[in-house]
Amino acid sequence: MTLASSAQTISVFDVAASKDRCKRLRRRILDISQTVSALHIAPAFSCLEILDTIFFGLMRRDATGNSNDTFLLSKGHGAMAQYVILEELGIMTKADLDSYCKPHGHLGAHPDYGLRGIEASTGSLGHGLPMALGICLAARESKLVSSTYVVLSDGEMMEGSNWEAVMAAINVNATDLTIFVDFNGFVSATPVSSRHPNLLPLERKFESFGWDVRSVDGHNQEEIFEAARCKAPDKPLAIVAKTTKGKGVSYMENQGIWHYRSPNPAEYAQALAEIEESRR
Amino acid sequence: MRDTFAQAFYDEAQVNPKLFMVVADISPASKISNFKEEFPTRFIDVGVAEQTLIGLSAGLALRGYKPFAYTIANFAIYRPFEQVRDDICYQNLPVTVVGMGAGVTYSPLGATHHTLEDIAVLSAIPNMSVLAPCDPPELKDAMRAIMKHNGPMYLRLGKAGEPTLTAKAPDAFTFGKARRIKEGHDVCILSYGPIMKMAADIADKLEADQRRSTALYSIHTLKPLDQDGIAAILKLYPVVAVIEEHVQRGGLGSQVKQIAWDIKASCRLETFSLKDEFLHVYGSHDDIRSAHGLSVDQIYPVIARA
Repeated sequence: MTLASSAQTISVFDVAASKDRCKRLRRRILDISQTVSALHIAPAFSCLEILDTIFFGLMRRDATGNSNDTFLLSKGHGAMAQYVILEELGIMTKADLDSYCKPHGHLGAHPDYGLRGIEASTGSLGHGLPMALGICLAARESKLVSSTYVVLSDGEMMEGSNWEAVMAAINVNATDLTIFVDFNGFVSATPVSSRHPNLLPLERKFESFGWDVRSVDGHNQEEIFEAARCKAPDKPLAIVAKTTKGKGVSYMENQGIWHYRSPNPAEYAQALAEIEESRR
Repeated sequence: MRDTFAQAFYDEAQVNPKLFMVVADISPASKISNFKEEFPTRFIDVGVAEQTLIGLSAGLALRGYKPFAYTIANFAIYRPFEQVRDDICYQNLPVTVVGMGAGVTYSPLGATHHTLEDIAVLSAIPNMSVLAPCDPPELKDAMRAIMKHNGPMYLRLGKAGEPTLTAKAPDAFTFGKARRIKEGHDVCILSYGPIMKMAADIADKLEADQRRSTALYSIHTLKPLDQDGIAAILKLYPVVAVIEEHVQRGGLGSQVKQIAWDIKASCRLETFSLKDEFLHVYGSHDDIRSAHGLSVDQIYPVIARA
């Protein structure tokens, strides 16, 4: 698959390679989990395929790897997914990740502006999308060909700031903007559907504000890529990506406790085995 | 002040393509209206959406622009406080939050529209600077300082009709420095913002009625506060008074007292601030100030005694 572009290009998005890479990245996250007490594994696993598709499929880069496109992880608690991808791209180093959440390190549980590859500080929910509007308008003013991608969580869509920004995006004409809602169905450890049913359906809410909306399987890179690739130029696009919190490790999937916990050695071994198994 | 701000912004925008004006449902008045017509892509009205006002401004600043986020003071800082803290200050971005009608300027609108404690709240955030010029010419100076400043800024403004008080000021404006705007030897009054007019009236009355030569200082920069300059004032004058349209806690009054304690000052120090109360009093700006204990009639006798 190819994506039309200007000076910066992405020539080929190899879905099979992305699937292999995501398995490797899950193992990397699990490895790091054995050196610290908590790292939001499950929220990182639910958005990993989305981030991989954005970084390897959608963002255009020049020959040196620089991109004019912007990625904001508004659900900052998924930071580990972004860190392992930035390591894969050579933007962050192994030493950076090995010192994650340690006294001598500089990577914390949420992304910090100023770190290599991190475009904005997030962690408190509801901040990424309003900032993304400013980034879109800045690109337009600079006459820069630049797309902005934001990943939000489903629970984050309860923040009023997001609905301000969803409305304002149309009013200020922020069009080169694609957001992904990582819809894993949980707010921390609580199911959205039973506790906060009026958040659903999300799609019609975006539509009513004038956005383009698509729904995809958030662990299917081909669907994610196609949904984003066919974006209309004159409207922002919201992609509601159905995901599984803790995806890839059976005992983590949809189990609220894994929002925070790190696996013990036996759980770690089982998780690695399950991911290894799924490689075949 | 509103018009002076608009003019200063407009003049700078002619030569600085990095400036954006981001407003939350504020009708562009005076020269802001000209700016909007001449540079429509750099004027953004986000609507009644203050979290977006600040977040969007931070996004512009992340990409090298210098936005002014402009609305009535209470809306500019209290509703989107976390955006001010996280998006602007934590990321240390050059966004100027312009709070119009600060203090109890909007006297008939009640406490929802007042900022009694804005300086205390914003001064407490790392990286934030706070400017409160006392008259239109000092606002022009402040705008020049803001253009050179590469970080978060809160510009605390009055509304309209403030008289010029600094035309004969002995000291020029320097960001972060106490500014003597009137000479004097016996008494020194420290103030900032539009209530400086009341301080000037009290100084005149002290000179006319008591022949006590009274100096006036504009403490236009509340953060970073000129600790050394204020310490020198406390050593130099036998009587020092602080007059501010802000609660004492976290305002200038409490900070001057702290400096006085640290340097073991021996002067008499009197502070006059807004009450730590939401008053259900309406009327003119002066009526509300007076209900808070801020009027010439209430302040003068305290400074004048002994």
